[in-house]
Amino acid sequence: MNKKDSNSNQCALQSDQYDTITLAHGGGGKLTHQLIENVFQKHFSNQLLNMLHDGAIIQSQYERLAFSTDSYVVHPLKFPGGDIGSLAVNGTLNDLAMCGAKPVALSASFIIEEGMSLDELEEYVRSMKKSADADSVQIVTGDTKVVPRGKADRLFITTTGIGGIPKERNISPENIALGDAVILSGTIGDHGMAIMSVREGLEFELEISSDTASLCSLVETMFSVSQAIHVLRDPTRGGVASTLNELAESSQKGILIYECNIPVQSVTRAACEIFGFDPLYVANEGKLIAVVKSSEAEKILSAMKNHPLGKNAQIIGEVVDRHCKRVVMKTTIGGERVVDMISGEQLPRIC
Amino acid sequence: MKYLDEFRNVETAQILSEKIHAITKHPWTIMEICGGQTHSIVKSGLEMLLPKEISIVHGPGCPVCVTPLEMIDKAILLAQIPNLIFTSFGDMLRVPGSSMDLLQCKANGADVRIVYSPLDAVKIAEKNPKKEIVFFAVGFETTAPANAMAVWQAKKLGLQNFSVLCSHVLVPPAMEAILSSPENHVQGFLAAGHVCSVMGFEEYFSMSKKYRIPIVVTGFEPVDILQGILMVIQQLEEGRCDVENQYARVVRKEGNSTAMEIISRVFEISSRTWRGIGEISQSGYQVKKEFLSFDAEKKFPLEGIQAQESKDCIAGEILRGIKKPYECKAFGTFCKPEHPLGAPMVSSEGACAAYFHFKRTG
Repeated sequence: MNKKDSNSNQCALQSDQYDTITLAHGGGGKLTHQLIENVFQKHFSNQLLNMLHDGAIIQSQYERLAFSTDSYVVHPLKFPGGDIGSLAVNGTLNDLAMCGAKPVALSASFIIEEGMSLDELEEYVRSMKKSADADSVQIVTGDTKVVPRGKADRLFITTTGIGGIPKERNISPENIALGDAVILSGTIGDHGMAIMSVREGLEFELEISSDTASLCSLVETMFSVSQAIHVLRDPTRGGVASTLNELAESSQKGILIYECNIPVQSVTRAACEIFGFDPLYVANEGKLIAVVKSSEAEKILSAMKNHPLGKNAQIIGEVVDRHCKRVVMKTTIGGERVVDMISGEQLPRIC
Repeated sequence: MKYLDEFRNVETAQILSEKIHAITKHPWTIMEICGGQTHSIVKSGLEMLLPKEISIVHGPGCPVCVTPLEMIDKAILLAQIPNLIFTSFGDMLRVPGSSMDLLQCKANGADVRIVYSPLDAVKIAEKNPKKEIVFFAVGFETTAPANAMAVWQAKKLGLQNFSVLCSHVLVPPAMEAILSSPENHVQGFLAAGHVCSVMGFEEYFSMSKKYRIPIVVTGFEPVDILQGILMVIQQLEEGRCDVENQYARVVRKEGNSTAMEIISRVFEISSRTWRGIGEISQSGYQVKKEFLSFDAEKKFPLEGIQAQESKDCIAGEILRGIKKPYECKAFGTFCKPEHPLGAPMVSSEGACAAYFHFKRTG
């Protein structure tokens, strides 16, 4: 999208002729330039992007950089609590934050199905801008492609981010030690069940809202009180259970969690019961799991609880010397069971 | 959450566990019938609260597990017909047929859709008059009323493009088959609460008397199941064999007459093949003659489809409570949820999958 030489005299006239995206908008010609100028540049405008260079040239004060990319293909594009725009920005910001990085810059790439309304596209672009502004990060480069009807599901967005890691931070599963505490930043399963409820047209007395949010400021709050944060992860697809299994596997240690400490909103729990889903496997988009030194856990937890995104944070478990490479849960009735990695998607049960 | 938290309460569970320990004097083998109960037992780690003398074996009440392989093959064949939308409950999609499952079939281009109610399939038929819509009507007595209602509704709406691939099975004949087998070692049953909420439990009295076995109609939450187990052990230790109802907040002795009426209008009792067990006489439902045009097996050429089960799979012995999943050589080695040999490894209610996910200790 940051190509040179847009013709600003003609664009207003021509873009007025189209209220939907056509294949011509992706042809690299005038309409492409108008789309860039009137939608993307209009909202994302910043010094680097406005140079309309083939790429952005960035200076960084950091020695170590985090670099992450993610594609967003959510259906529906708009859901309670967010939309594909906020999700695409928050998701990549969170991946950077989970490396202990402070965001430096983002790129955004759009694959648009012909026929999408320009107003709707602009709405998502506006939402991306709002989310990026919240963390004072800029979208400095990007790309746009338009594909024929039926070749994409309306809009796919890929965002890539670069972040800088302050010297004193060291995030790696290798740091996980016996006795470490496992902290979860809030209620689980909200994003997955919000999407599911909209897709299936299920209504509950209280609407389930996606938890999509950038975790950057929560992570900064945590580091401001302690550097003894060994690992950070955001439990997105596959949920808390899959993330904990990855940590158990990569650290070669066991993780014991307590079911009664895991916060689940009652409306999300009800929706999970209806579908026969286990909230431990349902996606989150604004939650993190931190494995921290046990002696620092309370301090980190209390800092998290003072942050709006961590008010329901809980210590949900610990790293143990048994159950090697496994996650085991003490159940609410006092039993124990393995929490396994999921094999595929959770499918709604017959009865 | 009301009706959930109190039935997952640790204090209540501990009290029931202590009572069970106090009254248990002999070793007993108890079978829970329903896959939902199996799932709950394994997921809550409930067996840790029981005395060593009590052995819990898992019954054949998982509809995904007992649907015969040839029915899955028929479903896959139907789904591949052009201009046909095949609709199903979600967990049938991963059940392996002879050559693939419905998920693969969907990936290859078939129009396979997950629905949450058979009436949603009827709506799809209304919206797509130029396409054939088939619903995979599987399950026990619990899903039968809604499946029957879908056929009833389709007829009322005059739909000619809707049919069901019917593979309905019934719980009491399966219990009878287990009890009459010379290999049987089940001494008490937890009957399936939701099946009884539809059908009542009057038909269990003669079975309990004939085989001298305690039967307790039981719910699905951990506290329900612990109480059901306690009631069975009480009977066994006292030498009684009665039919009792633990799940009285839902189940009435006479069942749900409205639900039973719609079943009897659309379905009639027939013999059925159970995956891993074989044919059991009078153990299922088929679509009645008046509704034959809604029976996918009559509407489409599906005769002659036969399927061979994997020789390494001992699903039959597991479904009859003779063996536990970890006694199978294939368990966790070349039979895993990603590559299941038999259906109990597929559904979250299947005993093998439940053991694989929640109980592996190695």
